[in-house]
Amino acid sequence: MASNAQDIEKIVDRQYAAGFFTEIDQDTVPPGLNADTIRLISAKKNEPAWMLDWRLKAFARFQQMREPNWAHVSYPPIDLQAISYYSAPKSDKDRPQSLDEVDPKLLETYEKLGIPLEEQKMLAGVAVDAVFDSVSVHTTFRDKLAEADVIFCSFSEAVQEHPELIQKYLGSVVPVTDNYYAALNSAVFTDGSFVYIPKNTRCPMELSTYFRINAMNTGQFERTLVIADEGSYVSYLEGCTAPMRDENQLHAAVVELVALQDAEIKYSTVQNWYPGDEEGRGGIYNFVTKRGDCRGARSKISWTQVETGSAITWKYPSCVLKGEDSVGEFYSVALTNNLQQADTGTKMVHLGRGTRSTIVSKGISAGRSQNAYRGLVRIAPGAEGARNYTQCDSLLLGDRSAAHTFPYIECRNPSAQVEHEASTSKISDDQLFYLRSRGIGQEDAVNMIVNGFCKEVFKELPMEFAVEAQKLLGISLEGAVG
Amino acid sequence: MLEIKNLHAEVDGKPILRGIDLVVRPGETHAIMGPNGSGKSTLSHVLAGREGYTVTGGSVTFNGKPLLELEPEERAGEGVFLAFQYPVEIPGVNNVYMLKAALNGIRAYRGEKELSAVDFLKLVKARVQAVGLDESLLNRPVNEGFSGGEKKRNEVFQMSVLEPRLAILDETDSGLDIDALKAVAEGVNALRDEARSFIVVTHYQRLLDYIVPDYVHVLSKGRIIKSGGKELALELEARGYDWLTSEAA
Repeated sequence: MASNAQDIEKIVDRQYAAGFFTEIDQDTVPPGLNADTIRLISAKKNEPAWMLDWRLKAFARFQQMREPNWAHVSYPPIDLQAISYYSAPKSDKDRPQSLDEVDPKLLETYEKLGIPLEEQKMLAGVAVDAVFDSVSVHTTFRDKLAEADVIFCSFSEAVQEHPELIQKYLGSVVPVTDNYYAALNSAVFTDGSFVYIPKNTRCPMELSTYFRINAMNTGQFERTLVIADEGSYVSYLEGCTAPMRDENQLHAAVVELVALQDAEIKYSTVQNWYPGDEEGRGGIYNFVTKRGDCRGARSKISWTQVETGSAITWKYPSCVLKGEDSVGEFYSVALTNNLQQADTGTKMVHLGRGTRSTIVSKGISAGRSQNAYRGLVRIAPGAEGARNYTQCDSLLLGDRSAAHTFPYIECRNPSAQVEHEASTSKISDDQLFYLRSRGIGQEDAVNMIVNGFCKEVFKELPMEFAVEAQKLLGISLEGAVG
Repeated sequence: MLEIKNLHAEVDGKPILRGIDLVVRPGETHAIMGPNGSGKSTLSHVLAGREGYTVTGGSVTFNGKPLLELEPEERAGEGVFLAFQYPVEIPGVNNVYMLKAALNGIRAYRGEKELSAVDFLKLVKARVQAVGLDESLLNRPVNEGFSGGEKKRNEVFQMSVLEPRLAILDETDSGLDIDALKAVAEGVNALRDEARSFIVVTHYQRLLDYIVPDYVHVLSKGRIIKSGGKELALELEARGYDWLTSEAA
């Protein structure tokens, strides 16, 4: 959003009411995590007192929490005091001035994904011309959404313009005390997206395409809140297939979804943060908390994710099925290569009668990577007639990668049905030889087999995203075999 | 077209092929027969380029090119096709989609343009009817849930679309009842012409009633111990392999 960038500038240029940090550089907060940092972030964003209060409470709780260590990943300790928690977008003169100054390898990947030139510039952080195509596209989108009374804006904007909705729903799905990283996010989040779909409204478009670029500058602590009011429907697409560079190593986002009676939210993610080089140097730590609350009867929340990026992924998009006959779905493809580590899965918490959930997880490990599925299915005593079906498949490429499965099932209602199927297979020499003997080159043959393996998940993605996701898998697997 | 000279190959240090000599000219159909463990399937796989076999001696030239130096997909590009004894299942990969990628891979290797989707579908329609493959199998994942007969028919169907110069049928008759066998043989016969050659590997004479070969070779312990015309197959049917193998020993 071009206007968003201007907004941030405006806010940054503003003098603070509270004067305790006036001498500081206007654009970047010095590293360090303390209550003053949080006050500063809140002040820079010109937040109302209740928002600052909420942050400070979260911070107080955070200080009593410890970093979780149960995930099947390993990394050196993260020094939270060494991180700067607020920085305004880089000024144009600090950015690369044209694509010629950008890493050619990155451009090659953009090329393969067929990303338009203007978009490439955005992704690579090139200073863009004043006249940018998308501004008009953006306006068209806004008009169309406004017509349907759909609210879709940055989180900061929502705090200013829709405080009643934020106060009502923020933290109602992922409480600040939920976990270490969620608490940290609650204290220091910088921006994110806010969506509200009014009653009986079908969102007139997939919230995606152009908008996905905007999410880039929202920084390492992103906050997303999507509310689907009674009888409404929305499909939200997050992320980007293009590899995104970021100097911030730690990413701890929180996403909260609320589906009221008869509402449906479809949330699709393609995550391709920088995974580090072949030796695992650099790369993003992606520690995300995503949860959807099926609050009303017959509501439905469906998560679909394709995860190929990040050095470490720690992520469990979950559904709390409170409403009677509500439905939760989780479709996931997680691919790890080189030294990547992923510990990902879902939680389906069945509270209401007749609630149903489906989990389809496809893990692909190549190189020396570690790929773990961790899933919880919990059936509460009141969840009469609840049903879950879980299918969890792992595919290994080469003989130095590893796949792990950690399913947890807690069933406290005898009328519930819980099914779990799991498989682990190696990409077979027979399959490869078969395809190659038909005239298909080795890399194409591997891609074909892997894409076939993921088909059940890809068919859940919106069409355009599915095509991109297939290409993405191919690129992520380059050099994985042979 | 195909010239195999003194070919030696081993698996895990164990010699399987111990000096094969064979010349196949354009338009000829050669049957390779022999008892279990004689090296029939190894020969098929070595020709198609499967990994896991070590060629320890000899040479194979195909239309003047050193075949053994090529990757499996390059051999396909040169026009070699292997119909598998046990066609593998590839979950989630559409049968026709795979075949299109294969055909375009071969065309790219030959420097030809990709076939348009329309032309490709026309070709598929024509061939699927000729081979008598159930059309509903076209859009199913490759071989997944196919019956034994359907799998073999699918191999012949793929062959008919890819139009190889040399087709190697590896025990295509195994596991087929007589009706399926006839249907598969008809599909193969429809593809025979003066330019295309076949190597038919089989344990039983039965298949050769329907695919009548020009030459029959008997393989035993990694060597061709007897060659002859189609009547040799009948003799083997009547007398078994023992008289030959004991003669050779």
